[in-house]
Formats: sequence, structure tokens, C-alpha cells
Amino acid sequence: MLIFHLDPLATSLFSLLAILALVLSFVMLASHWLKNHIYAFAAESWTIAIISASIGYYGHYPELYIIAALTAIFRGTMLPYLVLRLIKRLNIQREFTPLLKPSSSMILGAVLVIFSYEVSRQLGATLHLTDNIAVLALTCMFSLKLIGFLMMILRSEAISHILGLLVIENGIFLGSQILVPGMPALLELVIIFDLLTIVMAFGMLVRLLQVHAGTTSSRDLQKLVG
Amino acid sequence: MVNFNALIAALWIAPALAIVLMMAIRRPCWAEYLNLGTSVIVFGLTLTILVAVPDAGWVTGEQYILLTPLGAWVLFCVGLVYLLASIYAIGYMRLLPEENPRLHKFYALLAGFALTMLIAPLMNNPGIFWIAIDFTTIVSAFLVGFEREAECIEAAWKYLIVVSAGLALALLGIILFYWGGTFVFGPTYALTWANLREMAPKVPESLLLLAYLLTLVGFGTKVGLAPMHTWLPDAHSEGPAPVSAMLSGALLNIALLGIYRFLSIVDSGGYGLIGHTALLVLGVISLAVAGMFIVRQDGAKRLFAYSSLEHMGVLAIGFGFGGPIAFAGAMYHMINHSLTKSLMFFGAGNIMRAYGTKSMRKMRQVLRYYPVSGALWLLGAVAITGAPPFGLFLSEVTILRGGILSPNPWAVWVMAILLILIFIAFMNHFREMIWGAEAEPGEAPTLKLSVWNTLPMWLAFVPILVLGLWWPEGLWGFFQQAFMVQP
Repeated sequence: MLIFHLDPLATSLFSLLAILALVLSFVMLASHWLKNHIYAFAAESWTIAIISASIGYYGHYPELYIIAALTAIFRGTMLPYLVLRLIKRLNIQREFTPLLKPSSSMILGAVLVIFSYEVSRQLGATLHLTDNIAVLALTCMFSLKLIGFLMMILRSEAISHILGLLVIENGIFLGSQILVPGMPALLELVIIFDLLTIVMAFGMLVRLLQVHAGTTSSRDLQKLVG
Repeated sequence: MVNFNALIAALWIAPALAIVLMMAIRRPCWAEYLNLGTSVIVFGLTLTILVAVPDAGWVTGEQYILLTPLGAWVLFCVGLVYLLASIYAIGYMRLLPEENPRLHKFYALLAGFALTMLIAPLMNNPGIFWIAIDFTTIVSAFLVGFEREAECIEAAWKYLIVVSAGLALALLGIILFYWGGTFVFGPTYALTWANLREMAPKVPESLLLLAYLLTLVGFGTKVGLAPMHTWLPDAHSEGPAPVSAMLSGALLNIALLGIYRFLSIVDSGGYGLIGHTALLVLGVISLAVAGMFIVRQDGAKRLFAYSSLEHMGVLAIGFGFGGPIAFAGAMYHMINHSLTKSLMFFGAGNIMRAYGTKSMRKMRQVLRYYPVSGALWLLGAVAITGAPPFGLFLSEVTILRGGILSPNPWAVWVMAILLILIFIAFMNHFREMIWGAEAEPGEAPTLKLSVWNTLPMWLAFVPILVLGLWWPEGLWGFFQQAFMVQP
């Protein structure tokens, strides 16, 4: 299995890239300007594409090059473009009603990363993988997941919710590239397309929300209760 | 020997072809009958598959397609509800003349929704199963928001965002399952339910349970188990009535099938008790939450949406108890719930259109204005609360019976008390709607219901009465067989 016999250079490269992706999620957490948020997301997707390609190189999985290219095209370019266009059409520049200040949300994010590390460490210990890259991959996967949820909870703009969801998906993708590079390529391809469809669906719904409900903030979507 | 490959291909091609034709012809009346015809074909095919399904299951299509007795049963529920909803849709959509120009889109979406639901239960690859479930969400979100009112769009938005977030958790769980398998089979192997069951005994407990709990929470969101149910009452109450019936009667079963399949992986790993108890606890919480919201409910369709939550709770409890009796009860409950809930949503759709309101407080003297439709609706309400002589009574009692022998007998008492509470609350709402104060003189409903509005109610009502009085011997054997083989 790939994670057992990696040369040290590859291990440090993967660690660097995985941590870069994690740091980028903190950039998103700290910024209430949606544009910066999207650029950070695009950079994170490109990082993940580089991870895929380098795993393809070190682990001899040629199909991962295709996955890397598609990740860069779809997640790194097309999705950010779609969301940027959506922002222009909706004319929303920033998140107006965050629950917490950026500094507080970053501290919460740090707590979540520590929690993820603790879970991954214990999981790694039962699998005899202490000090392995797998622990880092699990940490990044769980952290991005929790940070994505945190962003969805703390923010109320519809666009922020979409971006939170995309961060969650990025986390899963990042983890799966390192942990299970041999996962059937078909599955990964379909998941990429699935994400594209779902973002387009979100885009259509957000615009309907603006037209028919007059708001895109979940704080104003209070008609259905009880 | 039946050619399953051809049957399954036909099952998928029929709706796909219908969608293409509807979008090409763009005439409302063509779309109506195309959809109706498709649903009749689909119903016939699912029935054939159910009758012919081999006892041990069937894997085909390069290991991508799996047909098991439980899967065929869920598929049959989809076919049945799709047929009823298609008949009803004709009557219901004709009451909304303003939607006429977009009607072909509605029927195309409806057929597309059915298509995604016909694909999901047959998937042998948990990853592809996940994708199919994701597609059911996307298509049905547009059906929920079809009427373009602020509430509908709000419900569709909440539905899509909550369920997508939940399903992301399930995907993480699936990847952890696959990762567990790489320690056993090596880095690359086919992701199938059978392979995951095979690897389960050789994987550490913590990894297996973490993966299972993630999938349970993820697909539990889709089933609408509390506390992940928040999207369910909105989506089920705001969509057009035929869509509500399909969401409730067909889609929830499929997600539950997924949970049961993941449960079978944990079962073969030897940690079945924890897995079953986790599902059971979610079921009990759902039942309790549903009970509280049913007591103080005013929206007619929201009442039935919470009732869906209740019945998914009952099903989760049934599968959570484990054992052949509770399992048979749960399977029987699936079809009874699909039929009865369709009946209730059809009735609610008729009455809501007639009175022009969603509020039950404004629906008065229903039986006087609509003797047939109202009476069927009232009888359906008796059935949906699990009172005799209807099918849901038999299945709930069977689940309770199976529960006494299970490792968690406490849940039997909780379930029984909550069911009684829900029965009282439901009957109170219906008492006020039927025998409550007179309507204001100007508010008496004048709408005439056509045969398309009442026929599907009869078609749903007669089977639940028959299934309540007579549990076919062959069906019991089929359930036992389904319990013996891997789902």
C-alpha cells in the first residue's frame, strides 16, 4: 500500500501540500469577503490537484493524472468561476451577518483541528500507523470537514453555505487521494461531475430565492417553522 | 429463467425515453399521458422483478448491479408509489391552470425523479449508490420548488443544503470503509457491498464503527431521522402533493435500504449490537420528535410530513431490533406506509386546493362538502396512526412483537406509548376538521374534484384494507427469505 513505503521526500511533499490546503481553509474562515473566499477555495483545489498528480507519480497510478487535471479544471477553475459569476449577478460582496468575528472563528477552527488530530491519532494507533502520513491525511480530512460545517453554521449567506459545502468535499477528496489512491477512478470521476451538477443546482436555486423570496440569507428564511 | 438484464434495462430506458419525448413534444396533455404510460410500464416491470427475484440475490452488469429480495421490495414500492402519484398528478396539476405552460417540465422532472429512484436500489457499488441518492436529491429539490412561491423555494433550498451536507458525511464514511478494505485486499479492489462485508471481520473496531456511524448519520439525514430531520417537514409539505407522496412513500425507503446495507457490514464484522442499537436510538428519537410536533400542528401537509418522520422512526426501530420477526414487520411496514402515506397526501392535496389554505384550522366540515374524498381521508388517518383493521396495525404489532425478543426490549414500551400519543393527536386534528365548527358562509368550498383526484385514493385505500385483514402466506415466506440473505 502506498502509505507504507513512501520515500521521505514524497512524504514531506505530501505533508506540505496537505498542510497548505488546511491553512487555506483558515484563510476562508477568516475572510468575510466572498471574493477572497473563492480565491482561497480555488487555490485549495489546485493544491489538491497537485497532490493527486504527485501521488500518481510516486505511487504509479497513471489514472490519477487525469483526476488531477479534472480537479484543476473543474474544482480549481470552473466552480470558482461559476460562484464568482453568481456573486456578480446577486450583487453580494461580503457576508454581512456572521455570528462571530474572524478571530474568534479562527480559534474555533483551531480547536476543531486539534480535535481532528486527536481522533486521527487514536485511529492511527489502533491501525499501527503512528507517525505515518495517514494520520496527517485523516487529520486534514476531518479538519476540513469540520471547518466546512463551522463556516456553514457561522454564516448565513446562501453563497457562504455553498462554499462551506465545497470545503467539506475538498477535504474528502484530499484525504481519499492519500489514503485510497487506488479507489476506482470511475467513482472519483463521477463524484467530480456530481459536484458540478450540484453547484449548478445551487446556483439556480439561489437566483430563484432572490427573485421569489427576496433574500439570500438563511436568517430571513423563516417562513417554515414548527 | 427471467432475463433480469433486459428487465432492468427496460426499467431505466422507459422513463428516460419518456423524458426525451416530453421535452421534445412540449404539450401538457401529451406529457400527462406519457408519464402515466411510463408509470404503468415501470409498475409492471417492478412487479415482475419482485415476483421473479432469485432467493439468493443476483449480481450482474460487471458487478455493478445487485438485485436482492429487499432491494426488489424497495423497488416495487417505488413503482407502486410512482404509479399512484402519476394518476393523481393529472388531477392535481389540472387544478393549477397557471402552471400549464411549464407542465411538460413538471412531468419530465417527475419521470426523472422516478428514474433516479429506480437506479439507486440496484447499485452494487456503495459509491455509485451514494451518487444515485445525491441525484434523487437534486431532481426532487426542483420538484419541491416547482410552484415558485417563496415558501417552496425556501423549502427546496433547505432540502438541498441540509441533505448535501449530510450526504457528504456519508461519503466520508464510504471512503473510510474502502480504506479499511485496503488493509485486507490490497490497494485496489472492487468497491461492492459483498467485499465490504468480507473485509469487516478483519478491520479494527474503531475504524469500522466510525465509518458506520458516518454513513448512518449521512443517510439518516436523507431518511429524515431526528435530529437530522429539519429539512423533511418543509420539503414534504411545500412540494406539489404527488411529489410529496413520492418523497415520502418511495425515496425514504431507499435511503433506509442503504443504511440497512451498511448495517449488514458492521453485522458481519461482529459489532452488530452497537450498530443496531445506534439505529434504534435514532428511531426512538425520531418518534419522540414527530410526536411532539404532531400534537401542535396546524399545516395539513406538515402533519403528514411529521407522520413520515414517525414512520421512518418505526422502520428504523424495526430494522434496529433485528431478528426475523421485526425484520418482516419492517418490510411489511414499508409497503403499508408507502400506500397509506400516498393516500394521505392525495387527500390533503384535494382538501387544500378545495379550501384554498394549508391550515387545518380553516378546513371545516370536510365530510359534508366532500363525502367520498373526505371519508377516504378520514379512514386513511385511522390507518396511518396504526389502528386496526389496516395494514400498518399488523406491521407495527409485528415490529413490537419482534422487539420483545431483541436485546433492546425497552424500546418496545417507548414505541408503544409514543404511538398511542400520536394516535390521539391525529384523531384530535381530524375530529376538528370533520365535526368542528361551521365554516363562515362565504368560505364554503366550491371546487369539484374529478375522478383523477379520487381514483388514486381508492387504489391506495383498498390494498391497505386488504393487507390489514389478510397477511398473505407467500409474503411472510418472502420476508423470511429476504432476512436470510445479505441485503
